[in-house]
Amino acid sequence: MTSPSPSAPLLVLENISKAYPGVVALSDVTLTVRASEVLGLIGENGAGKSTLMKILGGVIEPSSGRIVIDNVEYGRLDVTGSQAAGIAFVHQELNVFDNLDVAANMFLGREKRRGPLRLLDLEGMRDAARPLLARVGATFGPDARVIDLSLAERQLLEIAKALSIDARVVIMDEPTSSLTLSETRTLMKVIADLKDQGIAVIYISHRLSEIETCADRVFALRDGRVAGELARHEIGHDAMIRLMIGRDLKALYTAPAVPPGDVILSLKGVRTQARPLALADLEIRAGELVGVAGLVGAGRTELAEAIFGISPVIEGDIRLDGQAFRARTPREAIDAGLYLVPEDRKRTGLLLESAISENIVLADLQSVAWRGLVSLPRILRRATEQRDRLGIKAADLSRVAAELSGGNQQKVVLGKWLSMRPRLIIFDEPTRGVDVGAKSEIYQLLRALAEAGVGVMMISSDMEEVIGVSDRIVVLREGRIAGSLPRAEFTEQSVLRLAVGAN
Amino acid sequence: MQKKDMGLAVLIIIVGAIVYLRNPLFLSPINLGNTANLIGLFGLFAIGQGFVIMTGGIDLSVGSMIALLGVIFVDLVGKFGVPWPLAILITIGVGTLLGLAHGLLITRLKMQPFVVTLCGLLIYRGVARGYTGEATAGFPFGASYPELEWLTIGRSFGIPHSFLAMLIIGAVCWVVLHRSVFGRHLYAVGKNEDAARYSGIRTGLVITAAYVICAILTSIAAIYFAMFTKSVQPSSHGNFYELYAIAAAVLGGFSLRGGEGSIIGVVLGAVLLQELQNLVNLLGIPSSLNFAVMGGVILAGVLADQQFNRYRARRRAKRAMEALPSGTPSAG
Repeated sequence: MTSPSPSAPLLVLENISKAYPGVVALSDVTLTVRASEVLGLIGENGAGKSTLMKILGGVIEPSSGRIVIDNVEYGRLDVTGSQAAGIAFVHQELNVFDNLDVAANMFLGREKRRGPLRLLDLEGMRDAARPLLARVGATFGPDARVIDLSLAERQLLEIAKALSIDARVVIMDEPTSSLTLSETRTLMKVIADLKDQGIAVIYISHRLSEIETCADRVFALRDGRVAGELARHEIGHDAMIRLMIGRDLKALYTAPAVPPGDVILSLKGVRTQARPLALADLEIRAGELVGVAGLVGAGRTELAEAIFGISPVIEGDIRLDGQAFRARTPREAIDAGLYLVPEDRKRTGLLLESAISENIVLADLQSVAWRGLVSLPRILRRATEQRDRLGIKAADLSRVAAELSGGNQQKVVLGKWLSMRPRLIIFDEPTRGVDVGAKSEIYQLLRALAEAGVGVMMISSDMEEVIGVSDRIVVLREGRIAGSLPRAEFTEQSVLRLAVGAN
Repeated sequence: MQKKDMGLAVLIIIVGAIVYLRNPLFLSPINLGNTANLIGLFGLFAIGQGFVIMTGGIDLSVGSMIALLGVIFVDLVGKFGVPWPLAILITIGVGTLLGLAHGLLITRLKMQPFVVTLCGLLIYRGVARGYTGEATAGFPFGASYPELEWLTIGRSFGIPHSFLAMLIIGAVCWVVLHRSVFGRHLYAVGKNEDAARYSGIRTGLVITAAYVICAILTSIAAIYFAMFTKSVQPSSHGNFYELYAIAAAVLGGFSLRGGEGSIIGVVLGAVLLQELQNLVNLLGIPSSLNFAVMGGVILAGVLADQQFNRYRARRRAKRAMEALPSGTPSAG
C-alpha cells in the first residue's frame, strides 16, 4: 500500500451541495481527510451527516461540487466506483448475509474461483479471510456462520471486509449503537490499528465521549452547512456541543392557561421487548404538553409503540388514571382513550388512496354506523365537522387523502383521533415534512388539546420545536429516560447534554 | 449435511420403520422400485422449484408446464415422427423459453412471481387442452422406442432410471447451488436483494437464471412423466404438481422468503412426500385422505422447525444478555 505524504489529503470533498425539491440537505460543504487520520463527524439529527456520507459512498449524487480521492477527481461516483476508489462503509444497520458464512460474506461479489469449472475456492477464501480477521481482533473463524455471531462480531466482520477491499477510507456510522462497553473498547483498538496501517477513518457518532477518545480532528455539520472544526487539542464535550447547536429560537411557546391536573399516564420500571435492557419511568399529567427528545435511535418511537400496544412490554407498571393498564393491542389502547399519531404519516397514519372522509372516521367507525352498517351520510357529517374545526383545506371530502398537502394530511390524522374524546395522545414527529405555516397551526392544535385536559406527548427530533412548544421535556437516551427538564431549564445545551450523555 | 437435513432424514426413517412394522410389504422390491420411480419423477422438478424459492419467488406453472410439454413431446415423437433425441431437445428448448419469459417478466417488468406464474399455470393448461381438443395425446398403437424407453422407464439393477436421473441431476444441482459462484449469489439475492446489488451482484440475471433452471428441470420431468404414463390427458396430467414441488421444498427447509434451503433438503422433502403417499396406500387409509395426511405432516414439520429456530434464537439472546457486564442494564 502506498501511503501519500502526510500533507497531501487522501480525500477531498469540495463545495458539495445537495438540494431536494424544497429542501437543501447540504450547502457548500468542504471536507478533507488525510491518511492515518480519525475524523470525528458530528451534528444533530438532520444536520446532513448521512447525506454527505451517502454521496461519498456513491449512493446519491451531489447537486454540485467535486470529489477527489487520491488526486483522482470523480465527477460522478457510483457504488462500485466508490468501492474501487477504496471507500468502505461500516453501516449502522449491518448489511451482512446471515445465511452465509464469514468468508462468503467477506468476498461476496468478488469470490475467488478455481478449477476448470471455476467453482468457489472455499479454502482460498477462508485462507485469505483469516489474516484479515486477525487484524481486527476477531475471535471467530472464517467458516463461522454469521447467524451465530453477535452484533459486535458482525461489526468486526464488516471492518474486516473493508480491509479485504483494500480500503483507504473506512466510514463508520454509529458503529457502537448496539455494542456493549467492552466491545466498544475493542473497536477503539481496531480503529487505532487501522490508523497505524495508514487508513483514514471517518467516525460518525452521537456519543461524544467516544469521539473524544478516538478522533484526531472533529468536523461538525449544522443544518447542512459546515459548523466548524476542532483540532485534537480543542476536542472537548462542551466545544462539540457548541458546534452542533447555535441557532436563534423563535418564540413558539404559549403558556398553558391552567396548571396541569392529575397524572393520566404513569410508567414505572417499564421494560419493552424492543429495548429489553432499559427501564423507563415517566409521568404525564392532564393538560400537560410533554416534549420527548432524544437522538435518532434513542428508543422514543419504541416506547410510544409499547404504550400503545404495538410492541410488547416485558415488565413494569403502567397506570392510566391511577388504574393498572397494559394495552396488548392498539384496539385496547384506543378503547382506553390512548392514541398514537404515528411518525410515518404516509405508511401508518393515513390510507392515502382512500377518501379524506373515510380517513377521518376510520378509527371510530362505530360512531358513524347504524345497526352495524356504515352510514355514508353520517360519515360525511362527522368529517365535515372535523374539517371545519381543524381548518383542513379541502373542498371535497370524497377526494383521496394523497391529494392533500403535507400539513393538511397531518390535520386529517389529527381529526381522526380528536373526534373520539382522547385521554392521552402521543404525537410522533408531528411536523416532519410539514411547511412552516402548517407547523404553527399544528402547535396551536396541540396546545388546544392540552387545554381541553388531554395529556399530550410530542416526540420530536426538532430541537427548536421541542424547546419552543413543550411545557416539560423528557429526554431519552439508549432506551432510558435520561432526564426530565422543567420549562425554566430549557436550553439546547441542557437537552443535548442529556441526549448524548454528558460525563 | 446440515442439521435440518439430518432431522428430515431421521423422520423419513422413523416413518418408514412404522409403515414397515404395520405392513412389511413396504420394503418389498416392487414397492421400493415403484416408490423410487415416483421420487425420481417428483424430485426432478421439486429441485427446480427449490432454485426459484431460493430467490424468494415461486413457480406455480410447473404442473401445467408438465402437461403442455408432455403433449408436445408425445406428439413430436408419436404423431410427427421426430427422432426422439431431437424431440427431447425441442421440448427442453420450449421449456427454457417459458422459464426465460417468467424470469424476464419478473426482473425486467417488475411483475410479481406469483402473478406471472399463476398466469403461466392458466395459459399452459389452456393451450395444452386447446391444442389437443381435449383429446388424450398418445403414441400410436404398437409403436416402440427401445432406447427412449430404456432411458426413461428402464431399470438398472432394479433401480428405476427416473430415480437415477434425479440423483445425477441432483448432484449437478448440488454443485451449482453449493459450490458455484452463481449458487452463492442465489443465496445472497434471496436473503437481501438490495444489499446483494450493492455488493456488485447482477441480481436480475441471477433471478432469471433461477426460473430458467426451474423450467429446464420441469421439462426433463415432463418427458419422464409422459413416458411413464404413456399418454397425456391434457386436462388432468400434472394437476397440482407445483404444490408437490413447493411442499417438498418447504419440508426440505426452504423459506418462501428466500435465502434458505439445500438440494439435499428438497430431495429428502420429495422422498418424504412419496413415503407418505405410500403410507396411505399400504396402511389401508382411504386414498381420499391422501392430501389431508400430506398437509398435516407439512404443517407439523414446518411448525416444529420454526419452534426450534425460535428456541435457538432465544438461547442466543440469553447468552448475549449473560455476556453483558452486570450493572449495565440498570435504569438512568
